[in-house]
Amino acid sequence: MADVVVERGRVARATGARKGKSLRNALGRKSTVAFFLTLPLILLIALLVLYPAFYSLYLATLNKAMTKFVGLGNFTFLFKRETFWMVVQQSCIFAITAVIFKALIGFIVAHFVHNIPGKKQRKWRGMLLVPWVIPPAMSTLAWLWLFDPSYSAFNYTLSFFGVGPIPWLGDTFWARFSVILVNVWYGAPFFLIMYLAALKSVPDQLYEAAAIDGANWWQKIWHITLPMMRNIIAITTLFSLIVTFANFDIVRILTSGGPLDTTHLFATWAFQVGIQSSDIPLGACVSLFMVPILAVAAIFILRDVTKRGNEA
Amino acid sequence: MSRKTLTRRQFVAATAMSSAALITAPYVRGAYAAGKLSIGFWDHWVPGANKASTDLVNEWAAKEKVEVSIDYITSNNKKLELTAAAEAQAKSGHDILQMPSWWPQAYAENLEPLNDIMEPLLKQNGEVNGTVKYLGQSGGKWLATPATPGSQIKGPCSRIDLMKKHAGIDVQEMYPAGGPPKVENWTMETFLKAAEACHKAGFAFGIGLGETTDSVDTAGAIFQSFGAELVNAKGDITVKTDQVRQAMEFYKKLIAFLPPDAPSWDDASNNKWLISGRGAMILNPPSAWAVAKRDAPQVAEQCWTHGFPSGPKGRFAPYLPYFWGVWSFGKNKEAAKSLLVHLSSPSSIEKFVAVSGGYDLPAYANMSKFPTWAEEGPPKGTLFHYPDPYKHQTLSIAASPAPPKIAQQIYFQATLTKMALRFARGETMEQALAWAEGECEGFMRS
Repeated sequence: MADVVVERGRVARATGARKGKSLRNALGRKSTVAFFLTLPLILLIALLVLYPAFYSLYLATLNKAMTKFVGLGNFTFLFKRETFWMVVQQSCIFAITAVIFKALIGFIVAHFVHNIPGKKQRKWRGMLLVPWVIPPAMSTLAWLWLFDPSYSAFNYTLSFFGVGPIPWLGDTFWARFSVILVNVWYGAPFFLIMYLAALKSVPDQLYEAAAIDGANWWQKIWHITLPMMRNIIAITTLFSLIVTFANFDIVRILTSGGPLDTTHLFATWAFQVGIQSSDIPLGACVSLFMVPILAVAAIFILRDVTKRGNEA
Repeated sequence: MSRKTLTRRQFVAATAMSSAALITAPYVRGAYAAGKLSIGFWDHWVPGANKASTDLVNEWAAKEKVEVSIDYITSNNKKLELTAAAEAQAKSGHDILQMPSWWPQAYAENLEPLNDIMEPLLKQNGEVNGTVKYLGQSGGKWLATPATPGSQIKGPCSRIDLMKKHAGIDVQEMYPAGGPPKVENWTMETFLKAAEACHKAGFAFGIGLGETTDSVDTAGAIFQSFGAELVNAKGDITVKTDQVRQAMEFYKKLIAFLPPDAPSWDDASNNKWLISGRGAMILNPPSAWAVAKRDAPQVAEQCWTHGFPSGPKGRFAPYLPYFWGVWSFGKNKEAAKSLLVHLSSPSSIEKFVAVSGGYDLPAYANMSKFPTWAEEGPPKGTLFHYPDPYKHQTLSIAASPAPPKIAQQIYFQATLTKMALRFARGETMEQALAWAEGECEGFMRS
């Protein structure tokens, strides 16, 4: 009996010591420290992103009066709505066109800025970032005045050349053009700065070697610059695609989705259906449709990035 | 260290004495004895108008010993609607929230019934029109009380000179200040002819075809004057009727005489159209005229606010009442009701009307003849007919008489303007009607 007690005490002490040691080890590990340091951010994301995301999933399964569970009823209802498919199509047109132009403009301007020497480059970088640092709601208001039906500054200027007046926001084509233009104006500096950073990391020796081999500027871009920037281009495109798809302020301020709903995006239509028409479950449902579309885009783009990472 | 111990007997005696003292002591009424009250008011366009609300609330709070806090919430970009949605979801927020027209019905389940205060108010101030009942009542229960601030009629505001010169219509003679309207000839046909004449002269009527309320309200009144309903009071879809077809034909003709960019207009566009001197008429409350008084006095001097033209089924004017609602989850409902009674007293209502320069319209029948509307100018009497003092038109809201939860969607999805615009832009009548019918079917969800 006594032996057993002693044995137990020893075992218990040994376990306690091991526990203390493993806790010290765990706390000493870099990954644990990193986890604790990021914990406030994780909690913040859980509170501000995960909770609303799951709550909107829950809302999307309720009926209009929010009194009954309807499962996927709201989604099947949306599939039958003509306006919904128009919004899907418009969101794709808006996001893809805007991202292509932003990437193209960002790429070209990044090259120009990269070739400006020293101090001057800093000034240009600062100036070109201005559209991106102004809150978009404010800058879009300025654009609204430029497109204003009665006092458009663009139409006033065009009138000197005998052109116009152009119904910037009243005609489907021009309204789509206008919202995309403003989005490109706002978002291109982000591409510029990312591409500029990528350009600076391309070793000069590669260009020198290419020059010795007799490569022209296009061959340098195609065989050196673009391959070296591939990952940055992919990640920037994905990030911008997500943000552009979810755009709200530009369309809301410029057209409110009009004329005839032809500029609505998921977010603006979700707002109109959910808040203005008091159909919160359907509004939640509309906004959730962005998730599968963006998830597919993210899988394709990021898969490519991982592949290239492995190649490296 | 000595320590005095309390015996059990002493403890019982002390407790009994304290309880007796508390029970028998007289009730001392402190500065905020009746608790706290939190209020969310609509942030008024008219400078200084919020002060009237603050003064009236403070006056009541001092008398009733209630601690009040007021938030003025703008309706710009639907902030007020967002606040209502958030508070209804969270079941927490202001005790009283001012709500635009459709919101009492939208949040009917979350609002405290106000029959106990509405019945005496109706006796005191006179009856309210059908639109106020349609929006503010559900199953005999008053969901909210009509608020004077913000309530408005969006009737025509015409340029006296341009209408006389180009359309041959003397709006002052038709709607004389201080006298009843002479409107036998003020019909939809006359209106259309005037729109055409002014368009030809380069002063088109400033009527929007967008998705915001001004555009929708105009469409609503025109459709109603033809007896056109997309969904009837029983909730049946009635899009494919002769009345709707007539209204669509009328709108198509009218659209031809409107500014080409009218489909992109918002609620500020028509105001700018009038103030810039480019239009002979807009359909708006007198806010545009009030701004013109400051920014373009030569335009303001020529403005005259009056009644709507009549159609085959009557004369309808777009009317947007605001309401004050008391959340059922509010913490001080009795104080909230008491304040609403104070804000709905004739003297408070007169004050609201005066400080808003006549913009705010009381919902009650006995409150449409305050001196403000007769005296405001220039030109003097320009607002005399704004509150419809002779009750010669039906004050209505677009998409009524459909059940309010369906009508709200027709209204905010701007189905009326969209179907008219589709028809005017080349779709056949049947295509435009089929589209509207499909939309209405979608609005039937419960």
